[in-house]
Amino acid sequence: MSFNDILPLIFMAVMGLALLAYVVLDGYDLGVGILLPFATDAEKDIMVSSIGPFWDANETWLVLGIGVLLVAFPKAHGLVLQALYLPVAVMLIGLTLRGVSFDFRVKARAERKALWNGLFALGSLLAAMAQGWMLGAWLTGFDNSLWPLLFTAGIALTLPTAYAMLGAGWLIMKTWDALQLKAVGWARAVILPMGVALVGISLATPMISPTVFDKWFSMPEFIGLLPIPVACAAAFYAAFHVISKPKVVAAGYGWVVFASTVLLFVLAFFGLAYSIYPYIVIDKLTVWQAASAHESLVVIFVGTAITLPVIVVYTIFMYRVFWGRASVLSYVAPVARDS
Amino acid sequence: MDLDPLLLSRIQFAANISFHILFPTINIALCWFLVYFRLRHGAAKGTPAAQAWEEAYYLWTKIFALSFALGVVSGITMSFQFGTNWPGFMEKAGNIAGPLLGYEVLTAFFLEATFLGIMLFGRGRVSDRVHLLATLMVAAGTTLSAFWILSLNSWMQTPAGYKIIDGVMHADSWWAIVFNPSFPYRLAHKLLASTLTAAFLIAGLSAWQLLRRTANAGTHRALHTAVVAAAVAIPLQILAGDMHGLNTLQHQPAKIAAIEGIWHTEKGAPLTLFGWPNEKEARTDYAIQVPKLASLVLAHDIDAEIKGLNEFPGAHPPVAPVFWSFRIMVGMGLLMLAVSWWGAWTLWRHRKGSATAGLVFSAWQLRLLAGMTFSGWVATLAGWYVTEIGRQPFLVYGVLRTADLVAPHSGGMVLATLLAYLAVYAFLLVSYVLVLMYMARHPAMPTPETPQSPKAATPIGGPA
Repeated sequence: MSFNDILPLIFMAVMGLALLAYVVLDGYDLGVGILLPFATDAEKDIMVSSIGPFWDANETWLVLGIGVLLVAFPKAHGLVLQALYLPVAVMLIGLTLRGVSFDFRVKARAERKALWNGLFALGSLLAAMAQGWMLGAWLTGFDNSLWPLLFTAGIALTLPTAYAMLGAGWLIMKTWDALQLKAVGWARAVILPMGVALVGISLATPMISPTVFDKWFSMPEFIGLLPIPVACAAAFYAAFHVISKPKVVAAGYGWVVFASTVLLFVLAFFGLAYSIYPYIVIDKLTVWQAASAHESLVVIFVGTAITLPVIVVYTIFMYRVFWGRASVLSYVAPVARDS
Repeated sequence: MDLDPLLLSRIQFAANISFHILFPTINIALCWFLVYFRLRHGAAKGTPAAQAWEEAYYLWTKIFALSFALGVVSGITMSFQFGTNWPGFMEKAGNIAGPLLGYEVLTAFFLEATFLGIMLFGRGRVSDRVHLLATLMVAAGTTLSAFWILSLNSWMQTPAGYKIIDGVMHADSWWAIVFNPSFPYRLAHKLLASTLTAAFLIAGLSAWQLLRRTANAGTHRALHTAVVAAAVAIPLQILAGDMHGLNTLQHQPAKIAAIEGIWHTEKGAPLTLFGWPNEKEARTDYAIQVPKLASLVLAHDIDAEIKGLNEFPGAHPPVAPVFWSFRIMVGMGLLMLAVSWWGAWTLWRHRKGSATAGLVFSAWQLRLLAGMTFSGWVATLAGWYVTEIGRQPFLVYGVLRTADLVAPHSGGMVLATLLAYLAVYAFLLVSYVLVLMYMARHPAMPTPETPQSPKAATPIGGPA
């Protein structure tokens, strides 16, 4: 393979990883938003505080993912986004309502806080469901017949449970006492629907697409791929074990829930990547057919190679700054100021 | 009913970008005001002035955070609408537009979004110096973002450095693309517009606080800073606007003809102050004109020939919106000049008195400033319509026509999303202005609390 042929693959990987980062990072803060209605007013403040410094940067990964799609694969960009016109609009309105509610809920007069909390939760749920719909429609190659549509609707209904699981895992790490216990309870409530959905989607995808079926269920590929479902089962069991024993959480192993859920997302992502390759729109458009002009890919490759490592470094720095339990956010320094 | 998806898609994008531009226009400059407040706070350490600068910083950081959130969410919407409504644009010009947008995401979006968290909530978790650095990073990020997006916008107005292969635009020289002919003028014009918008917002809201007697020591500092900034920026803006106009005459003469209402090419063209553009008859009704002034202003020669709209059949913008928007922008600019210089002169006369001693401005001046709170928005939108409607019927000037690039959705579907977006934007805009007024009425800083979490004060090594 020449550099010309490899470059589109590199961008496919960058786009995939950006979207994976998005789903995990914005996933936990959308999940916290979905769980918001089940908390008391005081707990809501702490929940929003736990994601306040992060959400904006988290959402930027979506812009990067869609940006790479646009930059590197303009043909696919047009095809995919036109086919997803309505779910994209629903997602954008959801993200808009949610993003502004972060600020409005603490800045508007106190009587309006309930309204903004409600919009925050509603926006999070709308965005999660729309993203589920988009994933399903993309996997089925935008097929509008009955079974693919049901499959798509199934993902739209279950992706919020997966985000809620991530959100609950995040809260177990970032909160304490009563709210932490509550988060364990939320995790218990959503882990089974999430597990059923994950298994259902994994089994349904090969049924819906013969291309995917052939890639998984032929020898010796099947044996080689076995570690993916096995690791998924192990991660699922670890999370399940921790949340069913509050003592384990109290002993300081609460982070296992979040880590295992992230691992599930990562494994599902690699499984999906394997299913789709080398298509960018399944059975319709390959990575190479969709790629933009070589000289454009080179110029953006140089920029990505320089800036992405820097972005990762300062993102890690930011997470270090806000490491540990959440505290109620304030624009003023928590220690005595001068004057 | 026959719904035109092209028109609806255009209105949808225009609504989106009009809503979006309001917030970056405030924030690009507001962040530098915040850096200035921070520096003055640091320099005044130990004096009562430090508390005043802290109060100004506190209120305007909250407004910055709110504006930032609105800018981010409406910006994400735009990045998707390129694909959902204008796939042809990315197919034909994606090789050039894509990398410019990509560089904006990589160098600006992550920088501002990541350091924003530390800037807003990091005090007490990082040292003062790191916090100042984070604030500087956010300011640099917003300005860099303006650099890239205006480069792309300018390239769509005055495309350069490209070649066309099989109907698709390819990059020939990236330097020529980024620094295309209208870019330096547009960038200067936009950055000054942002300075003026933020300055009049700060001045207006502070004046309103003084009138409502909800001011604190920080209000005076903010007001005086903003009035001086506006008085310095407005003559520079008028100069930059004039140079931008001359550049437009050179590269987009049809836009100038529409701005000036010049229907037929003529020597010694008059300047139309006001009038009613009548596109059907190709003349300006009820025109009030100054003879030969257009030639003098545009070409610096009273007998110079100015090209009229008749030279560009089927390739010039609709006249009335461009003509009117331009006059609203210029009128607003002249009003800004008068108000800010009057304010600066008042400050100059009172320069001996202490700035904290209280009211320097008369109640009438305060009312005038309060009335001008959102004048930057009006001027920015009007200017934006001049340049964007003035680019029609092209999307990339002279190369790609808007009508050829729109997605073939049904009119009903585009109408449905358009109405949904409009409802959300109207709701958010009203909420934004109301919350700004609410915050201005309650500017008191909360007393610093110790964190409620048992372990938050000391960063710990791992999640426990």
